Amino acid sequence: MAFSARYLRRRLLNGFNLGVSVLATLFGLFWLGWLMWTLVSRGLQWIGPSLFTQSTPPPAAAGGGIANAIVGSLLITLVGVVVGTPIGILAATWLAEFGRHSRIAAVIRFVNDILLSAPSIVIGVFVYAVVVARFGHFSGWSGGLALSIIMLPVVLRTTEDMLILVPDQLREAAAALGAPQWRGVVTVVYRASLGGILTGVMLGIARISGETAPLLFTALNNQFWSSDMSRPMANLPVMIFQFAMSPYDNWQHLAWAAALLITLAILALSLIARILIRANAFVK
Amino acid sequence: MNSTPRTQAIRVVPVPHRRHGRSALADSFFRGITRLAALLVLALMVGILLVLLVQAWPAFHRFGWHFFSGTQWDPVTDQFSALASIFGTLVTSLIAMIIAVPVSFGIALFITELAPAWLRRPVSTAIELLAAIPSIIYGMWGLFVFAPIFSEYAQPWITDHIGNWPLVGVLFQGPPMGIGIFTAGLILAIMVIPFISAVMRDVFDLVPTVLKESAYGVGCTTWEVVWNVVLPYTRVGVVGGIMLGLGRALGETMAVTFIIGNSHDISRSLFMAGNTISSTLANEFTEAVGPIYTSSLIALGLILFFITFVVLGLAKLLLLRMGTREGRKS
Repeated sequence: MAFSARYLRRRLLNGFNLGVSVLATLFGLFWLGWLMWTLVSRGLQWIGPSLFTQSTPPPAAAGGGIANAIVGSLLITLVGVVVGTPIGILAATWLAEFGRHSRIAAVIRFVNDILLSAPSIVIGVFVYAVVVARFGHFSGWSGGLALSIIMLPVVLRTTEDMLILVPDQLREAAAALGAPQWRGVVTVVYRASLGGILTGVMLGIARISGETAPLLFTALNNQFWSSDMSRPMANLPVMIFQFAMSPYDNWQHLAWAAALLITLAILALSLIARILIRANAFVK
Repeated sequence: MNSTPRTQAIRVVPVPHRRHGRSALADSFFRGITRLAALLVLALMVGILLVLLVQAWPAFHRFGWHFFSGTQWDPVTDQFSALASIFGTLVTSLIAMIIAVPVSFGIALFITELAPAWLRRPVSTAIELLAAIPSIIYGMWGLFVFAPIFSEYAQPWITDHIGNWPLVGVLFQGPPMGIGIFTAGLILAIMVIPFISAVMRDVFDLVPTVLKESAYGVGCTTWEVVWNVVLPYTRVGVVGGIMLGLGRALGETMAVTFIIGNSHDISRSLFMAGNTISSTLANEFTEAVGPIYTSSLIALGLILFFITFVVLGLAKLLLLRMGTREGRKS
């Protein structure tokens, strides 16, 4: 009798806790659904052709778009990618091919993982102190630099993970054919892990293209069309921040439209990157 | 993560081509440039610390220890102290952890033990997408969608039913504004759930199947297997994942800036407005006039960087320990 009561209690506890676990999962998915629904229901109606052809309007004016912010975001992100990616890949190459088990490599990995999650606003303050304060004005370049510092650890981490998946037999085969080590790395190791490296770059782009905090003190914002990287530059995240916080209806509408666009772009990038990682899993 | 036998293999490579002067040169150039890039990561970390320290020095010098203990933040009289911001940062992150840790555990449990195989990947991916959504989107949604609903339906009920409890009641009193410290913590929780649950899921997967099957074999229920076998085995990794999430929560900026209400007062109720280090920076940095104001803000940034450095470093060490233990076992 006592035995079966205990058995019943264990069964009940099990069922209850597993039920709670299902609820927790639904809890997580619920917010994702709510966020996406909010973006679509508030942003979709304001997306039209003028959004992509006109610059941000003055407050309470009719029309206008976010073309300058889109172009600015693309340019700043491009600078971040062009600066951050090669350094990340080269550093990962050293860790995977030369440093490997050395103590300094372990330290670099450790520091890189901290940079990976470091508060992006602190990166913004750093770039402000080093670049903006020195030159005396905000600029697109400094925004790109801040993004590159955020991009670098992402690329480094994924690239190294991919490089160490390449079997050493491939490296030995290249060496046996008489190829110098750099050639073995570039033509054999890189080629074998190209998909993975590209995935890392995509994840990095997804990470930096929504970053707002580091741009607040670097690129700032610009209400007008500008492709001059040495001046303050319009960009989607800061524009969304300023427009969403403003009391003007037309600015808020543009903010929601921009929010929908940028989120869809980032979600698409992350999904594609995930699919690519899976496709690249052959090296395992 | 790392399998061991690679060490000897790589040693073979550099020997054979000493006769070609040019490729030896190219090799040492390649080696040098990759090494430089790797060292740049270290230089970056040291550089950030040094620059922040130098810029923050005037504030530390002027206010001394008072910078950490006073409650004044007054640009007009140039009196600054970090306590309110540090308090807000810690309290919002604490709330986030209280909510996010059990939920993440539930999600990881669902993905690793309960979900049928075809459902695992879609659910994991969907949860991870929560981390891909930019922080500013959480902020807009929190301020314009969530806060009004929260203040109209949830807050009055909470204040009525919990607000008169002894001890904890005072935390839930105050006008239902929707925004404030509690809302910020709740939204931080949603933002760090994907990080914590991903780590938990990965370390749960490390538990040897034999161990779990033995437990099932002596008649354990799924819950008993998870609680008595999986969790003890992965304890170090789970704590590492929690620290990782905590590191994220501490430094999160834009979402908090939207919904915390931005007040420099420390209040007893969680429903009141507050601020965090990062929200203070986001709000005031570009408007700061005068060297001591800017320096105080940078000092805040340095404190934040230091706190997250310690938390993330701890997370990394714990996860490394988990990894090496696993490496030894296999």
